[in-house]
Amino acid sequence: MSTENAVSRRGLFMKLGILFNGLVATALAAPIVGFVLSSITRGRANAYLAWVPLGSVNEFPEGETRLATFRNPNVTPTDGKTVETACWVRRVEGDHFQVFAINCAHLGCPVRWFPQSGLFMCPCHGGAYYRDGSRASGPPERGLFEYPSKIENGLVTIQAGELPTPGPSAALVGKKPPCA
Amino acid sequence: MRLISQVGEWFDRRLQLAAPIREVAEHPVPRNTASWWYVFGSAALTVFFLQLVTGILLAMIYVPSAGEAWSSLQSLNHDVTLGWFIRALHGWGSNFMVAIVLIHMVQVFLFGAYKFPRELTWIVGVFLLLMTLGMAFSGQVLRFDQDAYWGLGIGASIASRAPLIGPLAVKLMLGGPIIAGATLSRFFALHVFVIPGMLIGFVCLHLLMVLRLGINEWPMPGRLVKKATYATEYHELTRTDGAPFVPYAIWKDLFFAAFILLAVAACALYFGPFGPTGRPDPTIIQTSPKPDYFFLWLYALLSLLPPSMETPALLIGPVVVILFLLLLPFLSGEGEKSWRRRPIAVLTILLVAISLGTLTRLSGYTPWSPHMNAWSGDPVPERFLHGTTALERQGALVFQGKQCRNCHSLGDLGGQRGPALDSVAVRLTQDQLIRQVIQGGGNMPAYGKNLSPAETTALVAFLETLHPAGQAPARNAALEESSESHPSAQP
Repeated sequence: MSTENAVSRRGLFMKLGILFNGLVATALAAPIVGFVLSSITRGRANAYLAWVPLGSVNEFPEGETRLATFRNPNVTPTDGKTVETACWVRRVEGDHFQVFAINCAHLGCPVRWFPQSGLFMCPCHGGAYYRDGSRASGPPERGLFEYPSKIENGLVTIQAGELPTPGPSAALVGKKPPCA
Repeated sequence: MRLISQVGEWFDRRLQLAAPIREVAEHPVPRNTASWWYVFGSAALTVFFLQLVTGILLAMIYVPSAGEAWSSLQSLNHDVTLGWFIRALHGWGSNFMVAIVLIHMVQVFLFGAYKFPRELTWIVGVFLLLMTLGMAFSGQVLRFDQDAYWGLGIGASIASRAPLIGPLAVKLMLGGPIIAGATLSRFFALHVFVIPGMLIGFVCLHLLMVLRLGINEWPMPGRLVKKATYATEYHELTRTDGAPFVPYAIWKDLFFAAFILLAVAACALYFGPFGPTGRPDPTIIQTSPKPDYFFLWLYALLSLLPPSMETPALLIGPVVVILFLLLLPFLSGEGEKSWRRRPIAVLTILLVAISLGTLTRLSGYTPWSPHMNAWSGDPVPERFLHGTTALERQGALVFQGKQCRNCHSLGDLGGQRGPALDSVAVRLTQDQLIRQVIQGGGNMPAYGKNLSPAETTALVAFLETLHPAGQAPARNAALEESSESHPSAQP
């Protein structure tokens, strides 16, 4: 064995040192990555999927669409007013409700309801929707987002813990939402 | 004097920095690069320093909490001595920085400075541009007002369109299921630690390469870059026609840097700080969020793209642009540097500048957005009502009451989403008007379910009066022809 190929004592220690650091770094990477991704993984703990009340059924006249606000079920101490969200509640008839997210299905701006023309209009890029939430015109590729809703003890409740975004359903180009 | 030089020597004995600094300062640059065209890089660096200093000052007061950020900005504006001025400096500094970085990039591109051997300097520069834009966007988020809140929603909506990872990217960006405290905190970390840290590192790398490789010589038409000979030619140039950077060239950098700082300060003093606009309360929906100046073109583009092209454009567009910028020095790493002999380069810059300028201009009056208050606020011009029947006036009421005016203007007042209706009767016959109103189409909602037959009749009667005095309304030629040949067919 020639001396050039021989592993010196110090060379070996250096390599072991690098290996040791590599092991420690890998061990530390797990909690660091876990922390960074916590906003994704925590989402599955589904605290935010709880049903939230919007008010008594009687507050919403039949055939009309009213603005309601609710508090996100998932609140942290620094959230301030951001956990208060608005939504449009349409009482079709009796116990049949449609609750629309305030966010335009184009890029999330707050849509406004115009009862006279029966349209929701978006101030940002000019999206418009019919009273049942289906797309009327403008850049949105789909109708308004509709929260799952039900009547519980005389209260209109919805499942609305998440910011609705067009993502997964943007692929449904040309496909009308069920309410259309 | 003697004391000062003694102290200086004491330090240099230990630091050993005088010689390398002198070497850097006095390195020879080609004489004709001591030009006012070569001052934008140092100006960008100067504004970056201003941003660092004012940013640190703001961080002493600002509270990165969704509950308190807005109030702390109000406090900076109104309570803290000169807080408004530091905010204004930081805000205007941000606008100037983006502008100067873009001008610097255009100059480097037109002067062919990205060619061999400065390819990596250009690539690092592309990353510096992206980081500068990242700072501009995250800074807009930290000004946590209505625009910031809804701007984040727009960012999330764009991110959500990414295939497969969309929903995860949204949660990662927002720090949770909604825009809330965690969102602001992570944008604070990005704006204050992550991006500035990377910026400082990349700026050092960028500068190091400028010093090591030498500043790009003034491009002469016909003097081609060849990898084999460039280094020798450049050294020959600096040897025969070179001058020490300090003081031969630096005085122009110094003057321009001071001028830019003065311009930022003047804007800050005269125009004051940006916002904050309304409180970031999502229950306040009477708001029309708009991005900051340098993202307005994107806002306009997103309004004008056909819906089906939007997602591909959002996802593929940036990748293509960034890839093109990164690959540019490899696509044309040699050859002509002078913009006088690179017409495609000049045309590209003109095309991009005109496109961005037009889109930015359009975003100033947003013709695509309905005017939310036009139906109740804009009067119907008298000339459209003069001598009209009761039915036609009833139609004018329907026109206003059903918010047609929000998208259609009369007498230049009202929305511009749809066509102006001043002379609609010339374009459409009665039947076509009825069909358009009831069925919609061509980007207009259908009003069939929202108008009673009587309202439709009145509305169309009013619309039929909308034609210039000397011009007859449109008529159905086919119908008339048939009535002429078969007069008995008429009722």
